Amino acid sequence: MKDSHRNSSFSGMPFFGNLEEPIMESRVSDTQTVNSGDSLSRAALRQIALLAVAGVVGFVLLMGLLSRASNLTGSGAGALGAVDFKTKTITIALEEEPPQIDGTRATDTVSFRILGHVMEGLLRYDASGHLAPAVAERWEINAGGATFWLRENALWSDGKPVTARDFVFAWQTVVDPATASEYAFIMYPIKNAEAINNKKLPRAALGVHAIGDRELRVEFERPIAFFDKLVAFGVYNPVREDFYRSRQGRYGADATDTLYNGPFTITRWVHGAHVRLEKNSRYWNRDAVRLDVIDMPYITSDTGAVVNLYKSGAVARATLDKQQLGDAMRLGWNVGRYNDGSVFYLDFNFRPGRITANHNLRKALQLVSDSGELVNKVIALPGYQPAVSLFPAWLKGVEKSFRQEYPPEVITPDYNEARRRLDLAKKELGLEQIPPLVLLTDDSPLTNRQSEYFQDLFKRTLGLEIRIDKQIFKQRLAKMTSGDYDIVMAGWGPDFDDPLTFGDLFASWNANNRGRYNNPELDRQVRVAQSSLDPKTRMDAFGKIQQILIDDAVILPSYERGRVYVQDSRLKGVVYRAVGADPDYTNAYLDESRQ
Amino acid sequence: MFAYTVKRLLQGIITVWFIATATFVAMHAVPGDPLANNRAASEEIRKNLEERYGLNRPVLEQYGVYMRNLSRGDFGISFTQRNRRVNDIILQHFPVSATLGILSIVFAALGGILWGSLTALYRNRLPDVVIMFLVILAISVPSFVVAAIGQLGLVTLNSTFGFTVLPVAGWGTLSHMLAPSIVLGLGTMAFLTRLMRSSMLEIVNADFIRTARAKGLPPARIFLRHELRNAILPVITVLGPAIAAITTGGFVVELVFAIPGLGRFFVEAVQQLDYTVIMGTTVFYGAFLVFMVIVVDLVYGVIDPRVTLK
Repeated sequence: MKDSHRNSSFSGMPFFGNLEEPIMESRVSDTQTVNSGDSLSRAALRQIALLAVAGVVGFVLLMGLLSRASNLTGSGAGALGAVDFKTKTITIALEEEPPQIDGTRATDTVSFRILGHVMEGLLRYDASGHLAPAVAERWEINAGGATFWLRENALWSDGKPVTARDFVFAWQTVVDPATASEYAFIMYPIKNAEAINNKKLPRAALGVHAIGDRELRVEFERPIAFFDKLVAFGVYNPVREDFYRSRQGRYGADATDTLYNGPFTITRWVHGAHVRLEKNSRYWNRDAVRLDVIDMPYITSDTGAVVNLYKSGAVARATLDKQQLGDAMRLGWNVGRYNDGSVFYLDFNFRPGRITANHNLRKALQLVSDSGELVNKVIALPGYQPAVSLFPAWLKGVEKSFRQEYPPEVITPDYNEARRRLDLAKKELGLEQIPPLVLLTDDSPLTNRQSEYFQDLFKRTLGLEIRIDKQIFKQRLAKMTSGDYDIVMAGWGPDFDDPLTFGDLFASWNANNRGRYNNPELDRQVRVAQSSLDPKTRMDAFGKIQQILIDDAVILPSYERGRVYVQDSRLKGVVYRAVGADPDYTNAYLDESRQ
Repeated sequence: MFAYTVKRLLQGIITVWFIATATFVAMHAVPGDPLANNRAASEEIRKNLEERYGLNRPVLEQYGVYMRNLSRGDFGISFTQRNRRVNDIILQHFPVSATLGILSIVFAALGGILWGSLTALYRNRLPDVVIMFLVILAISVPSFVVAAIGQLGLVTLNSTFGFTVLPVAGWGTLSHMLAPSIVLGLGTMAFLTRLMRSSMLEIVNADFIRTARAKGLPPARIFLRHELRNAILPVITVLGPAIAAITTGGFVVELVFAIPGLGRFFVEAVQQLDYTVIMGTTVFYGAFLVFMVIVVDLVYGVIDPRVTLK
């Protein structure tokens, strides 16, 4: 092939730059330049103008043609604006495409949020955060098991009743090893669940039975005090066997591949572009649902884009980050905030041979830490609270909040004592100088600010060198699991509304205890909390766990994460919560007085 | 011509095979664990997952299975969207990227040719200086800045007029396409303007143009047939890679304008270490790029009589 016209510097992918234009230009300028006064230039100008007009017309025609084709892949969004009173529609943006609307496999917040709107389990949380009857109209729980009586008018979106068998099938599917559900462990309180998940028993051996259509009996593996709270979790939702099988592995992958029994149904789902929820006319409690449509025609993780949409009146709600918060304040927007239930902390590596396994070293770090300073000066975002314990402030205790009943010991910074502890640590470790400690973190603007703060703090107060190891999320987890770190900035979000969702984190057998902390006394308290049915005994155990974590400096609490958002003043009744669908629009409504 | 096409296609297949193998090796060499999640899975749950994705088998066997499936055009199931096949993801989102890409490239090519001719015509005078300044600006400013400024412009536009002139984000109608395709095509347009300008300057001083003028051809004909047609050739050369670059490189624009394009899924897959989606999209994009380069070479043979394809 004769390839004389292919200039190699133009054909590669990074084709911007490397233009050899100046050379050409200098050569040309030696000869003759275009004289725009002559007839050729005038003619050329006319031609260019004609071409420009033709180009614009052609471009618009092409757009028209392509838009016909793209109706299939797009959302056709933005027709109604943020809220529409006539059709009772709200328009909001989603931060991610939900990977699947399949409770047996979902693991992410977006999926669980949508599931919370379109599906319903035996129980649900009401607007004030209390457990309320849902598919089950009443229930009994004792040490050996539980019985749920299903309501007669609970229907699937195709009109057939929701029966006890649908729960049996769904729960068996979750623990079935072939499903490979990551949340299978949350079913382990049910008899034989763990054995089935480990392939030691067939799925039919699961301790859950349908007595007729409307009675569901559950046998427990061991007594459990919070099973009612567990069944409100999305993984416990019902799935109808005949429909599930008819989808041949695509259950929950598309709007038509899902069967609904919640307050809303998905009527349109264009992947990556649009999810539209409409009120489910067959929902038993449909009179309590006041919105007709929740339209989500924008899917983007770019918070700036969503704020722009909010600014132009296209969406009713936007989450803010630090940068947009300033804008929002300047524009006089009404900024809301809430706590999303997660706790973040510094977690140590306790593997033998690690310097951080030394108690006095950890104590020294604990004695210079000040989560108040971190939150107020470094993070400086509303909604964030300084953390003082592994157990966040929203958890309920026996009567009042757990925090009120079992206030954690407050460690006030004491630099002299910290230095004394550090000297002790050096002596115990037989070291002249503590070698640099590796601080493993995610790579985000927020974590960067924090890790630099910690680096400076530990250097300034204790003379310790901190080496920051920034990794993408998956790689941070991999390094935590393999133990390739000294200190890690980690966090935990709740799965269910009981202190145990945090309480068993540092049990020696817990796979999430990636620092391998091992303390028989803590293990013993976790076992008490798991198996006891007496609320007081359980909360005492959590109180002891909390004290062990502080005494032993197992973690250095950093913050309880907050969320900052703006919301259309005409939209009311949106529920923000730590556990379950968040935000929850089930009880939301449009304020007619502001129409 | 036929033999040449067959030869190039065979070469292309080997290239794609190489891309597929390199991606596979890179994927397994990269640190990190695709199955890791914030909730640590127990040994048993992990085993179930590994079995489902075939990660428990030896790497060579995984490679064999991967190649066998690839030859059948099957990219497997996504790791993050567990009920969706990678083929479906590509099939649903590539048309969006392609639509956006076609519009941007048409915009860029038209603009580049027009501005390029204009600047050549007004060489070293005010319009040339102004346009070339803007061109340098458009080449240097990264697309995420252009996208953010473009969107802010739309917000301001809408609030000035008091109604939605152009939607701020979203996808699906004519009005949704305009802003993102312009934003996406701007850099390429600026680049093509420079290319067109220098190639035009070279042409206007060529001997055959002098001949044409001496013959007394009408000026419009000289410009259209002799100058423009010849000056456009280098632009066509870079169009192939530019189409591939634009179609695959629209990630930021897709994110800012909430467009469901494939670029977004590709980048998110990389962040999530979604093996199957990464491998599927890389091989698909690789094949697409190889194909576009072949097409451009073939087109070249057709439009430039001096090039013969052997």
